[in-house]
Formats: sequence, structure tokens, C-alpha cells
Amino acid sequence: MSKTTPPLLEVRDLRTEFSTAGGIVRAVDGVSWDVHAGETVALVGESGCGKSVSALSIMGLVAQPAGRITGGRILFKDRDLLALSEEEMRRVRGREIAMVFQEPMTSLNPVLTVGRQITEACEIHLGYSEAQARDRAIEVLGLVGIPDAVRRLRQYPHQFSGGMRQRLMIAIALSCSPDLILADEPTTALDVTIQAQILDLMKDLSRQVGAATLIITHNLGVVARYADRVNVMYAGRIVERGTAREIYANPRHPYTLGLLRSVPRLDEPKRERLAPIQGQPPDLTRLPRGCAFAPRCAYAIDRCRQEAPTLQSVGGTHLSACWVADTLDGRAAAGERGTHREVVGE
Amino acid sequence: MTTTTDITSLDTPAPERRRGWRDVVLDFCRRRPLGAIGAAVVVLMILVAVLADLIAPYDPLAIDFAAMLAPPSAEHWLGTDAYGRDVLSRIIYGSQTALIVGFGAAFVGSTLGAVLGVASAYFGGRTDLVVQRFMDIFISFPLIILALAMVAILGNTLPNLIVAMTAPMIPRCALVIRSSALSIREMPYVDAARAAGFSHARIIMRHMLPNVMAPYLIMLTSFLGQAILLEASLSFLGLGVQEPIAAWGLMLRGAAVEFAETAPWMALFPGLAISLAVFAFNLFGDSLRDALDPKLRTG
Amino acid sequence: MAEDDVILEVRNLVKHFPVGGGLFGGPAAAVKAVDGVSFAIRRGETLGLVGESGCGKTTTGRCILLLERPTSGQVIFEGRDLMTLSAAEIRIVRRKIQVIFQDPYSSLNPRMTVGQMLDEPMAVHAIVPERKARHERVRELLSVVGLLPSMAERYPHELSGGQRQRVGIARALATEPSLIICDEPVSALDVSIQAQIVNLLESLQEQFGLTYLFVAHDLSVVRHISDRVAVMYLGKMAELTDRATLYAEPLHPYTQALLSAVPIPDPEVEANRQRTVLGGEVPSALRPPPGCVFHPRCPIAIEACKDAVPDCREVRPAHRVACIRV
Repeated sequence: MSKTTPPLLEVRDLRTEFSTAGGIVRAVDGVSWDVHAGETVALVGESGCGKSVSALSIMGLVAQPAGRITGGRILFKDRDLLALSEEEMRRVRGREIAMVFQEPMTSLNPVLTVGRQITEACEIHLGYSEAQARDRAIEVLGLVGIPDAVRRLRQYPHQFSGGMRQRLMIAIALSCSPDLILADEPTTALDVTIQAQILDLMKDLSRQVGAATLIITHNLGVVARYADRVNVMYAGRIVERGTAREIYANPRHPYTLGLLRSVPRLDEPKRERLAPIQGQPPDLTRLPRGCAFAPRCAYAIDRCRQEAPTLQSVGGTHLSACWVADTLDGRAAAGERGTHREVVGE
Repeated sequence: MTTTTDITSLDTPAPERRRGWRDVVLDFCRRRPLGAIGAAVVVLMILVAVLADLIAPYDPLAIDFAAMLAPPSAEHWLGTDAYGRDVLSRIIYGSQTALIVGFGAAFVGSTLGAVLGVASAYFGGRTDLVVQRFMDIFISFPLIILALAMVAILGNTLPNLIVAMTAPMIPRCALVIRSSALSIREMPYVDAARAAGFSHARIIMRHMLPNVMAPYLIMLTSFLGQAILLEASLSFLGLGVQEPIAAWGLMLRGAAVEFAETAPWMALFPGLAISLAVFAFNLFGDSLRDALDPKLRTG
Repeated sequence: MAEDDVILEVRNLVKHFPVGGGLFGGPAAAVKAVDGVSFAIRRGETLGLVGESGCGKTTTGRCILLLERPTSGQVIFEGRDLMTLSAAEIRIVRRKIQVIFQDPYSSLNPRMTVGQMLDEPMAVHAIVPERKARHERVRELLSVVGLLPSMAERYPHELSGGQRQRVGIARALATEPSLIICDEPVSALDVSIQAQIVNLLESLQEQFGLTYLFVAHDLSVVRHISDRVAVMYLGKMAELTDRATLYAEPLHPYTQALLSAVPIPDPEVEANRQRTVLGGEVPSALRPPPGCVFHPRCPIAIEACKDAVPDCREVRPAHRVACIRV
């Protein structure tokens, strides 16, 4: 699946660090990936892998002075976002790239009406008049499935439930018809049934308005359901990349393999024991030489502890950063999980 | 017997070395020089009080009418008072009174207040409501008025003085500590202690009180300054310690007022001592509060 | 289900939290967190209790632990109704019922070392009276949960999330309980650590003959660890049956929708799934809908569903459902 058109967003060798009491944390350590118009790309990983920081770096929202982007380029529609001034970046934020955060409780301003929060964006970015912005707000509330929009516009965030607030966040994000939506754990704080609603909504809407989506999550199920392509991150680096099908059917990095094996699945017969990844998440102030995953890796060889591997192709668009990727047979591991069964609940 | 496949031995290396007291103190001095100065003065004061017998040139009670009302000189560095007693020695010994009464009252007051505040938050419900209203009544009296009233009722021996000063401090401390304790009460580790069948006393003392250390220390240091001032005020009004005990407030009374123009050193130096002590405690307390503030979250 | 095997029985448990009202007036309204729930747990089994936020599963757990006083109903542990016991008797019973909390960061006292935390319950309940023996036992407990005995000297902030959760488990084991209420024990952990802890809980259950009430919202994990599963919605029990049946043939429309909503980590499977997406929001527990609490969102609701609260009754052997359409 190669695209001949240039990508909408291209991150090249991004490096972001934080100075902490314990030392320098290289939260994002030379990461490159891209998003094409209209597609949904996922950044998957556990806490501390650098996925959220990547998104914040794109938006220029990394907390300073502790955090600094120390290298790389972020090419968005042929402009390097890192080279833009704060003023210019502000025009990009909200208008061309919108962000949906995890915590709907704290991401909405509690003292402004919901209507104001939506119209504000339109007025500033699109130069709408009050009346035009209001119309747009009603339109967008309808799009995200909030009934009785006219009355709701005058209400405050605390009068909405968690799921509704997340819809509001999506509405604000969509109000200026952005080209790219960054969704950082958009449904982690929500219940399962609401999560399904919201994710379906996001998928439909992004198709409708033609926006690309970058979804950041640790939930492998969500990624399987919604992402076209997947980047797996560990300790600030991308360790595997491919289409969703490639990654799940044939994982070619021990970390991805480990994650998939350790998660119980609704559609499989119950296993005796789960197969966890041994060891602890890495201490980012004290990363070992060589591959960051080596201490926990069942397949590690000497080279892994000496030299950090780079992303190499293991078949078409499927890449893995692992010295033993070729010998790793993800299919066999996938097959271990048992034959595909009828999915429960139908 | 353990199944080794399930047990993954997980050693996170312990932090380089625990931050010991020395590190904490040095860090404090470096980051907050004003607070460090305040602390240094406090330490100086304590040393003076402890070593009073060694450093005081004269017996503070020794009367010497020949040298009365003498200005500062080589023999009496800070002069003498109306009875010929050496002012410097009286100030040095006065620090003992200030510290005993001040520390005593502040320490007892804040500790009892803390226990009361935590207990009130822990039990909640009607108990909490009643205790709070009671505390409100006490707080509505300014510190000194209440202390005055209690001394008038109890009489002014030294122990009674300490009790009278402690009483107004307890409710103030209880109120502040209670609000921190309310959030601690919701913590799962308190629930775990309840689920483990621990007694109320154990939960309050072992699980909640240690986690309100930050506000407790702040209240304590702020009370120390106020206690010294309170003691001085009460002594000045004649309701504190009595003659001939050396106490700074007492030194401001009587003859000091009478001879204010002709022998100003009698009032000046005790006044300076009080100001310096209270100032030092306040400086230290302020810096301590700033230092502990972010940690108020993590407890 | 053999009667003599039952370690815990909950009968018509109700817990309402009063809201509003003053000191002297009555409460204005009540949040009906748990509204008539009954179930039983056999010794040695794991009962999974699932539901979304506001369903009352955590409150149910807390009522069993007596961290909340039930408004009405019975909690019968090893044949005795906990509500009728004196304070002293409750203290003794508390040894047998322990808890593991969700958040490893706030479930350990930051001012105590790990060793002190494990030592305390044993000392207070005089399970191991001499200090030296307790010291040994603390080391034993630590290795049982997969920690190095030297970690007894550490403070919680010096441990990772997974390690802290292990300490929480060790603490629960210190009193040699028979029943452990696991309140979302792995939801706050990283995915790669969750599997470790789940495995640990299972081995411990085998090793010590423990009974678990596993409260969680992650249906995949619950399916893995439970023998039987109960589904709650807005304070009521919707369905209760053994694990295999619940996941293969759920009868209650809410259970069906819930299972349908869970994403499966396999794009092939996901693409081919037929899903029923449940519309609407969970109503407020202050004013639950009349009759069946689920009827406003239910795809098969009829008029009669508004009239009476359905009993969670046995429609098939060992399979209880609260729905008149089943």
C-alpha cells in the first residue's frame, strides 16, 4: 500500500527531551512516521513510551522549560512546524490540526458555555461573525450527535456527562474543518459502551469531513478496530510499523509479540495462563546501551545489547527495529493463540 | 513453594542514596537563604538558652543598687535596669523563658490541634460537625483575649500560663489540619487499614497523622513566633511570669516605662530580642511553607 | 450449587447515599448506588463482577468489606450476617475478608516502609506474636508475590506501579484471609504488567485456596480469571451465570451490547464483526428509570418493561437474568 501523493504530515527524526531531577529523559528519541490525507494512523505503546509527547511536540505544546524539542522536522503540508513562530503556530492549531484530549473533565473550560467554546475557535480561525459561528456550532453539535443543540449551546460543561463532553471536544476539534485530528487516548476515561459510540463517531466523521486521524492509545483492541496503519513505540522509539493487519497477523518485534500474547481475548478459548512480558518498564533516565527492550526480550542475542537496531523492512511496508526480526515468526505465535472462533456477543 | 514462571523477579534499583537529613538541610539553605537565616537565628537562640549559665556574665537576679540604671559600658554591655541587674544576662536568661513557654505552648497546642483535626475528619458526620462548631467558638476570640481570660481564671503560675496559651492554638491548628485530613481519609490506604480491622486510634495516629506532616510543621513554626509574642504580651500586661524571673516581656514593664527617656536601653534591648525572635521564626516558617507546598500534594 | 460450600452470600443488598438536605431536615434525594442485589460465592471460586461506571459494583464490594454500611439487606459471611455482629466480632472477621485496590499509587501509605505495612496486620491481630517470626514471615510474603525480600526496607515511592500492586497483594495476604475483594486490581497498570499480576493472583488462589470477588470493567480480563460472572447496571444485577455461558450465550440485552462493544485486538475479526452499538447515556442513579432500569436504551424493550422491576431470576439452570423478554 504505497502512496504516491506526499503525506499530509511527516515527522522526521523527532527528538524531544525533558530535564528531570533524575536526569535527562529522552521521551522521543529519533522518531519518524507519516500520516496521509484521510487515513487513520495509530501510535501504540504503554505509559512512558513517548506517544503523547510526540503529539504534543507536533502541536508545539511541550511543557517548557523542562521539555525541549532538540531535533528533527515536522513537515505538515510542506511547512516545517518546528520552524514556525509561536504566532504562526497558533494559526495552525485548531484550524488545521486539532487535538482531542483524554480527560474531558479538565480539557473543557468550566466557566465558559459550551457554545462559546465552539464559536471562539470559529471566530478566531475562520473570521466568522457571531451569527455565522453560532450556526456552525449548531451544525457541528448535530454532527456529533448532541440533540437539542440550540439549548445545549447555552449550557456549561458540568451539565454534560463524560461521553457527551468527549463529543463536545470532538465538536470543537471539527468546528474549523481541520485536515488532521490528533486524538490522545480519547476514550480511555470512558465506559466501554460509550467508547464504542465515540470511536464510531470519530471514524464516520473523519471520513465525512476528510480529516486524517492520529490516534494515540495503549488499547490494542481500539487500534485493531479503527486504525489503518500502526506504529508501535517503546522507550521513545518506534519498534514496529505496518498496516493493522500486518502487525496483528504477523508481529515481527518481540515487544509487539509479547503485548499481543499477554492480552486475553474475548474470542479465544481461555488459556491456562497469560504469557506476560517479563521484567519492568524501562527507566528512561537509565536506558541500556543497545536495544531498550533487550533486558526483557526472550529472543535477545549479544548484538542486541551492543547496538540499537534501526527500523528495517521485513516485507513491503512492514518495518521492524529488531536484529532477529527475520527469524521471528509472528505467524507461528499468532497461530498458538488458537483457531479463529465466532466472536462472542452475537 | 512458588511457580517460578509466574514470579518475575523485579528489582528496580533503589534510588542512588536516600536523601538524608543533611541533604535536605543543605538544599534548604541553598534554595531559601532567607529561611536559612531565620533558622540560624532560631538555632542561635536555642543555643543561648541552653548555654545561659555559661555565657551570661552575671546572675540575672543579682541586685546591685550601686550600678542601677547604668548605660551600656564595658562591665555591663547592655546596661543595667532599675535594680542594677545586668540587662544582657537577663536577656540571655529571658530566652529560656521565651523558649520554654513559647515552645511548650506551641508544641502542645499544635500537636493536640492536629490530633483533634484528624480525629474530627476521620469520624466525620455529626461528631465532625459538633467539634467544628466548638472550634469556631474558640477561634472567634483573638489569641490574646482568650489567653488573658484563661490566665485571669486559672492564675498565672508558669504551667497555667502554658495552658492558657495552648488553648487558643488548638482550634486554629485543628481547623487547618482537618482540611488536609479530609483528603487523606478518602485514600485507599486508609480504607485498607479499616478493612484490616485496625482500631480508630491506630488509623488516626499511624496512618493519617504522619501524612499531614507538612501542614503540621507549618502550623507549628507559625505558632512558635506567635507564642513568643503572646508570652511577651502577657508578661508585659502583668499576667505572665512574675518578677523576678527574667522574661523579655516583663523587662518591658514598670521601670522600663518609667525611665524610658533616661534609660532607654532597658526597653530597647528586650524589645529587639522579641522582634528578632519572632521575625526569625516567621522567616523560617514562611520558607518552610514554600518548601513544603508542592509536597503538600504528595504528603 | 452445594449449600455448604458457600463462603459469602449477599441478599437484597441496598445502599443509598443521601444527597442534599440539612443537618436537621431529612435528605432531599438519594443516589441509589446498589438497589437490591443478591448473589453467592462458593469457597475457592472467582466471581467476576462487571459493569460500567455508576453500576454499583465498587459499592457492593465496599459494603461487603463494611467500609460502607449497607442501607438494608444481608451480607452473610461463613454463615454469619455481618450486620448483626458487634464491633469486636467484626474486627475478628475482618481478618478473613481483605481487599486489593485499584490505584497502586494511593493504596499504600507513603510514610511506611513495605516491611512495616506487612508487619502491622500480623502484629495487630496477633497472628504472629514475636517480632523475629514476623520478620521472617514478611520476607516470605514478599517472595510469594514475586518481590525481593530486601524490598521490605523500601518506601512506596521507590517502587514501580507493578511492584506496588504486588505489595498491596502481599498486604492482603498477611492476615491469611479466605476471601479477597479485588477492586479493579489491574486497570491502573500497564498492559505488559497486567498479565503478570493476573497470573500472580491465579497462582496465589491455587496456592492458598483463596476466594475472589473480582470487580472490574475490563471484560477480557474478567473472562480469563473468573469462574462465574455477574453483570450489573445502575445498581441492579442484570445477569449472573458461569463464565463460558455468559460470554458465549448472553441473554440480557445489556450484556449482549456490552460484549459487542469490546474491541478485539485483531483487525480481521473486527472487520467482520456484527456489532450492536448501544445508544444513549447511562441515566443518573439519582433518578433511575421506572421499572427495568435498562429499558430506555434497550433494543427489545416493550411497554411492560416500564411497569415493574424484573427479578434476577433463574431462567436456565445456574443462569439468572433480570429481563421479562427472556
